Amino acid sequence: MIFSDTWWGWLLNYLIVFTSGGLFCLLAQVLIIKTKLTPARILVLFLIAGIILQAIGVYEPISEVLRSGIAIPITGFGASLAKGSIEWAMQYGPLGAFAGGLVQTAYGVGIAVFASYIVSLIFKPKSK
Amino acid sequence: MTDNIKRNENYSRYVNAISPSSSALSSLIKAFIAGGITCVIGEIVRNTFGLIPGITDEQAAVYASVVLVVIAILFTGLGIYDSIGRIGGAGSFLPITGFANAMSSAAMEFRSEGLIMGTAVKMFNVVGPVIVNGIVWSAVAGILRYIIALISGVL
Amino acid sequence: MTAKSQTLVFKNRPRIIAGMSVVGDKEGEGPLGKYFDTIEPDPKMGKSSFEKGETAMFSKAIEGAAAKAGMQIFDIGALFAGDLLNQLVSSSYAARDLPVSYFGLYSACSTMTEALSLGAAMINAGYFKTAACATGSHFATAERQYRFPLEYGCQRPPYAQWTVTAAGCSILADSGNGPAITHATIGRVVDYGITDANNMGAAMAPAAFDTVLAVLEDTEMKIEDFDGIFTGDLGRLGGEILRDLCRERGIELGQRYSDCGEMIFSSEQECYSGGSGAGCSACVLNSFILDKMKKHEYNRVLLMATGALMSPTTSFQGESIPAICHAVIMENDL
Repeated sequence: MIFSDTWWGWLLNYLIVFTSGGLFCLLAQVLIIKTKLTPARILVLFLIAGIILQAIGVYEPISEVLRSGIAIPITGFGASLAKGSIEWAMQYGPLGAFAGGLVQTAYGVGIAVFASYIVSLIFKPKSK
Repeated sequence: MTDNIKRNENYSRYVNAISPSSSALSSLIKAFIAGGITCVIGEIVRNTFGLIPGITDEQAAVYASVVLVVIAILFTGLGIYDSIGRIGGAGSFLPITGFANAMSSAAMEFRSEGLIMGTAVKMFNVVGPVIVNGIVWSAVAGILRYIIALISGVL
Repeated sequence: MTAKSQTLVFKNRPRIIAGMSVVGDKEGEGPLGKYFDTIEPDPKMGKSSFEKGETAMFSKAIEGAAAKAGMQIFDIGALFAGDLLNQLVSSSYAARDLPVSYFGLYSACSTMTEALSLGAAMINAGYFKTAACATGSHFATAERQYRFPLEYGCQRPPYAQWTVTAAGCSILADSGNGPAITHATIGRVVDYGITDANNMGAAMAPAAFDTVLAVLEDTEMKIEDFDGIFTGDLGRLGGEILRDLCRERGIELGQRYSDCGEMIFSSEQECYSGGSGAGCSACVLNSFILDKMKKHEYNRVLLMATGALMSPTTSFQGESIPAICHAVIMENDL
């Protein structure tokens, strides 16, 4: 947190997170209304945007300011994948690019799969 | 044939003009607020974990998304998330919570075809594109960066 | 009848002697709630899956209609039935338990009038003395087949429609009391190039328009000759489009025209443009419309169920949505 030393810095941080996260979602909503793209396509678009930002090295500085505002939208998932891929490629050679992304995001995906499985055992979908 | 093409063009122009577009402004505001709140919750969790000695900010960020994922999946199971999604629109499918909702809703939906052929097969029904594109394009990013590093002599 | 006519004329006046409608909770809370025979609060009908629930609803409609007609199931000449699910499972699994000849029909949401047309034609020709015509649809099963998991939080555009959870069955007979089916106009497949699978109303309205023109031309009747004109599930938007298309040809549908999908839900129920599904026209016909005909509030009704003939596969391949509309004319004996 770059502004966290004072109470107003703390407030500013949350304001930035709220606004930036909100703006990403607003942009996605504009795409839905204007282009009739399906949610799946929009998700993939933002995901790839995150990967590109990470690959050209600008994601880190942006995320130091926006923090959760860019990390919680799917852009953050894309950036994590790319971060892992790049780090592993540098460390273990080109084959590392295929493993690093998965390793970096394994917590999130693993828990999502596990929790989804458990939830499907307990709950049943409801007709609306 | 050309008559039909012209007819269809006219018709689609007419349909676009007459179809109500979701009152754009209110859906934009809702998406903004829903997305903003989700990110703020993530930030609160992240900063709270960050207070624990020995946990780096980067680890705290991972825990924050894990917490959001678990909450979203629980909400999906309880049948609340789809109501949030209907209001929030992009504000609730773009954050990581939307990813979790898509995964768990598919897992629940196809439970009626059994745990193997239903839940397990169809869990990635909706989120498949995200996982596949993520793996493919991040691998491309990793390899490109490796090649660039090779050429520029960093490695 | 000219060589090019799309309309069958039934001289022997096969008639609808009974109708049964079974609907879900949400439909029961709608404006037509008081007309329906049974409102089922449990969308699974006590079974283990929504598909089994839909089948149970289907059986209940057929058995109930036969009972109202004072018949044993065994006495039904043939069952003409269809639904929205792949391989027509709801109709076929319901028919599995019935000792009746069975025609499985698929014409998406226009199946009800296709079934009535075929049933009336068979009875008019003397092949059967009675026939049951039934269709149904279910929100939960249609959602999973055509769209997303139920608990997936997604927004729909305001012109989308809500699949009706309902089944309806009409019993046709060569004699008895009830409105006669005098004509059936068999629709042509019409495609005006709409690709947005959320905008069914716009995709289907041109098919309804095509059939309106065919009905008026073949029967030489005028719009004013009908007390009621109903389309199956064009919804609010599709209904408006149909009015516009007709107006361009100088045909004013006016007050006598309504859409079953628009009637079944009120605007407070958040069902966007209205109801859709094969069960929509089936349950409105077998409750509201037959009721009004019995009371002679309507004496001649034109029912035009519309269907969108696409599948998720063709949508993903970028194909446009072909649509069809079959019409039947029902008339009270005067």
